[in-house]
Amino acid sequence: MQNAFGEPQQVLLLGGTSDIGLAIVTAFQQPTLRRVVLACRDVAKGEAQASELRRGGAEVVVVVEFHGENTSSHQSLIDSIAGDIDVAIVAFAQLGDAELTTVDAVAAAELCNVNFAAAVSTTIAVGNRMRAQGHGAIVVLSSVAGERVRKANPVYGGAKAGLDGFAQGYGDAVAADGVHVMLVRPGFVHSQMTAGMKPAPFATTPDEVAKVVIAGLQNRRRIVWAPRVLRPVFSALRHVPGPLWRRLPLQ
Amino acid sequence: MVRRSLTGWGRTQASVADVVEVADGQAAAAAVATAGSRGALARGLGRSYGDAAQNSGGLVLRLSASASEVVVDTQRQTATVPGALSIDELLRVLVPRGFFVPVTPGTRFVTIGAAIASDIHGKNHHVDGSFGNHVETLDLLLADGSVVTIGPDRNAELFWATVGGMGLTGIVLSATFRLIPIETSKMVVDTDRVPDLDSLLAAMSEHDDDYRYSVAWIDLLAKGRHLGRSVLTRGDHARASDLKDCDNALAYDPRQIISVPALIPPSGVLSHAAVAAFNELWYRKAPNHRELEEQSLATFFHPLDGIGAWNRLYGARGMVQYQFVVPLDRDDVLRRVVELLSARRVPAFLAVLKRFGSGNAAPLSFPMPGWTLALDTSSAISGLSALFAELDKLVLDAGGRHYFAKDACLGPLTAQRGYPRLAEWQATRSSADPHRRWQSDLARRLQLLGPT
Repeated sequence: MQNAFGEPQQVLLLGGTSDIGLAIVTAFQQPTLRRVVLACRDVAKGEAQASELRRGGAEVVVVVEFHGENTSSHQSLIDSIAGDIDVAIVAFAQLGDAELTTVDAVAAAELCNVNFAAAVSTTIAVGNRMRAQGHGAIVVLSSVAGERVRKANPVYGGAKAGLDGFAQGYGDAVAADGVHVMLVRPGFVHSQMTAGMKPAPFATTPDEVAKVVIAGLQNRRRIVWAPRVLRPVFSALRHVPGPLWRRLPLQ
Repeated sequence: MVRRSLTGWGRTQASVADVVEVADGQAAAAAVATAGSRGALARGLGRSYGDAAQNSGGLVLRLSASASEVVVDTQRQTATVPGALSIDELLRVLVPRGFFVPVTPGTRFVTIGAAIASDIHGKNHHVDGSFGNHVETLDLLLADGSVVTIGPDRNAELFWATVGGMGLTGIVLSATFRLIPIETSKMVVDTDRVPDLDSLLAAMSEHDDDYRYSVAWIDLLAKGRHLGRSVLTRGDHARASDLKDCDNALAYDPRQIISVPALIPPSGVLSHAAVAAFNELWYRKAPNHRELEEQSLATFFHPLDGIGAWNRLYGARGMVQYQFVVPLDRDDVLRRVVELLSARRVPAFLAVLKRFGSGNAAPLSFPMPGWTLALDTSSAISGLSALFAELDKLVLDAGGRHYFAKDACLGPLTAQRGYPRLAEWQATRSSADPHRRWQSDLARRLQLLGPT
């Protein structure tokens, strides 16, 4: 159960080695947090992160094997976690090879399977669990890339756009059961995923995203932007006429 | 059955449960039999501040009761009252007949069942103890649907596990308890303005026993030599001979004067500046020393009940109340806590200090001989969680503890340290409810039911 400050006792990170996800878990670390579950593809890498969290003072950190594309295992995996899940973070995603996925139908579908289908499936599996327990928050990591999809990476952006739309509708569907779904729309975040890439304007860090997430959860926000300035920026970009958008240098 | 989002009086930690209205014990037993793995819990009027009256994902039972079911034994000075009846409804029956409840908290909107489950205390704790001390017998609906009559002389173990047991042993269907005979519905009150904490503790230690009721309002924003400045009010029920006008000496009809509308801005209206201004005014308006002032029962005991839904003043994020007790000889810790709260500028709107008398036999009863401080503040204040954790440590290291009915912040370890008899309570509880039919969000957060 969460306390009056919205501090969770158990947090589940789906995508247990995600930089942003781990930054959020770390930001939750205070005496209230008793158990962290890292669900990840690479268990060895997850164990390394778990040791890191334990060194930081986490009481119990559990690593479970999780494969996004194996959607039929999602519900049973979530149901095997003991105790109330107070906060779940859906953080796994792949950037994919933008050039390849734009021309290779199979690669494009595979990226969509992870970034969209698996994210939807895990959100629903966690949501079912939280509806039954009558409380809980799901943090869904979307991206500004989904707010207006760019020609440079249409499959990644399109999958995020789909996830973004799904999470909003799903959040409304489960609100009456006490489940809070919060979408996070980060801009360019310095992380493993973007290592070696040229930072976009308003680039931020996982720790900054985590701060925005914690504040958003406390205020029960539906959508948060990281950094916050991206909200007005994208509200302008959304209205740029198509022919002009296509020619913008940020492509 | 309606699926509803519930919170405590602090309006934090909302959770959803299936709420069932039941007319009597039989209907309650039938409903409890349908409870799934998230169990069932009775909810009274939702005045506990945190999650004590919530059962997320499970069943929440709301029992109804009528004042016509109250039986007063004027010879023995006792009343037999349905558990779901509120002190508000009960006083409307008792006062005109010349009786008062043995213990009342700062609000009348508390049911008798909850008064027992929280083992509530009032301004007379130093003389009369807590509510459980006055109960002769009670009828408890058990998890298996049966009803047992228990009391301090009858299945004492289960009785004392129910007193202060936060509703986790069963549902109090009715209780028989002793009353305080009164001649009038008025109080005679002495009020003193006290310039600092030392003078306050001295005044309470020396003269509390001259009064049945005593409590101090304390300005936690005052600093330096004004640290802990307070308004001390002490009094007793007025005798008929105390009143100038003796007509209708037992008249009693308290009313709500105003109600806070739902249109409060999300951040609330109790900013630091607003609270500081209020505290200054409250202190200044109190007389230096006034004796034998005549006050109504409602003014003396339940001043905030005059303002409906005052918890809305704190805005969308809600409020927390922090209440602890430390042993009498640890007033150094009390002082340290007051210093910390003042230094961190916590805008505590209502802060109350009380000197407790002896505790009772209940393993989870809150009061013990000591100083208890209760303060309300917004839960949105940054750094409050860390500050409370710091205070928790001071309180627990001094052998003190926190009050579950107010709590929304503790964890399993802090609860265990404050209540060293928790394991004993768990053993009694689980023999009465081995399948964990009774559950609550408070029990989950603090792991009160123990390991599975």
